[in-house]
Amino acid sequence: MEQNNLKETLLRISGVNPRKCMKCGKCSGTCPSYDEMEYHPHEFVSMVENGETEKLMASPSLYRCLTCFACVERCPRGVQPAKLIEAVRLAVIRQQGMNHLKPDQLPDMLDEDMPQQALVSAMRKFAK
Amino acid sequence: MVFSYYPGCTLRTRAKELDEKARKCAEALGITLEEIPDWQCCGGCYPVASDEIATRLSAVRALMAAKSEERPLVTLCSACHNVLKRTRHDLQTDETFRDRVNRYMGNDPVYAGEGEVIHFLEMLRDKVGFDTIRAAVKNPLTGRRIAAYYGCLLLRPSGVMAFDDPENPTVIEDFIRALGAESVAWSMRNECCGSYMALEDKGIVERKSGSVLANAKAQGADTVITACPLCLYNLQKFGGQDLPVVYFTELLYEALGL
Ligand code: SF4
Ligand code: SF4
Repeated sequence: MEQNNLKETLLRISGVNPRKCMKCGKCSGTCPSYDEMEYHPHEFVSMVENGETEKLMASPSLYRCLTCFACVERCPRGVQPAKLIEAVRLAVIRQQGMNHLKPDQLPDMLDEDMPQQALVSAMRKFAK
Repeated sequence: MVFSYYPGCTLRTRAKELDEKARKCAEALGITLEEIPDWQCCGGCYPVASDEIATRLSAVRALMAAKSEERPLVTLCSACHNVLKRTRHDLQTDETFRDRVNRYMGNDPVYAGEGEVIHFLEMLRDKVGFDTIRAAVKNPLTGRRIAAYYGCLLLRPSGVMAFDDPENPTVIEDFIRALGAESVAWSMRNECCGSYMALEDKGIVERKSGSVLANAKAQGADTVITACPLCLYNLQKFGGQDLPVVYFTELLYEALGL
């Protein structure tokens, strides 16, 4: 997708306005997955705004967000970074053949105690 | 009182004890939970993007079923609760979503998110009352030190969930005290356990659940309680502590002498 269109789509489906961000870093400071990420929540916000979406789309950080909503809850400006991360992830996995998690990988990931909730949640996050 | 009830997929399989004991406790407290007919899995994770329509339909159907029974809808799993409450909020506030859902389902009259969704804990707090529970306790859990683990999904986003104070919640602590036990003060009670990363990257879950349980242990808890099957699994399996993690309903069941 052409960059400008893509940005528009990301902002529309996430409902995020990156210009509200005052770059305080609180979202990243509170993110439980901070150490696991290449790009952090506040960087998603500024990089989408600056048209650097392709780097984000290629980053494993997309699959490190735990959807805990701490960044959404604690952002003093109501930016909702997790919604933007979700939108960028969807821009990737909605493409044909780009699912991050495939059903035939699942059997090796399971054990007998794992709740169904883990499976349906991961499939919802990582596959279309 | 009769309430509508949405168990969700995990309570029918890996978390049967959460479901069964909750129903028995509710009966003992004068509430019958009547399962809504033909419910479908909520999907586990609320679909955040505004153009996700089909993925929210199973939640819409559950909400409509409870509405047609004219009863509050009670949920028990934190994840189902999050999905149902947020979808209900979308129906109330997002006109495009509401229109598309109603057109697709051919609803007449239009369904706009009417009806109440409450978590079992909210039911205990707001419909039964902790004083009533205190009076119904037959085996007070005197001397026990219990840590209340909220995790993420019950509390956030607080504007939609309206469950409790997102940073300083009290409902589970009040519940613990009503059972005669002591509630432990600890800092990690609303931090993430690592969630669905349990499939793909167990290292993250070990680090997240590990620091949660280490904190509970350091504060002298003898048991951690939760309402979420995935939190329970992650903490038990990856928490790295010799510290029992059980559903809150198991404590209630014990205290009520059932
Ligand atoms: S917490 Fe909010 S305002 Fe602060 S950097 Fe993150 S998105 Fe921007
Ligand atoms: S929702 Fe994702 S990005 Fe936001 S704090 Fe949680 S793990 Fe980090």
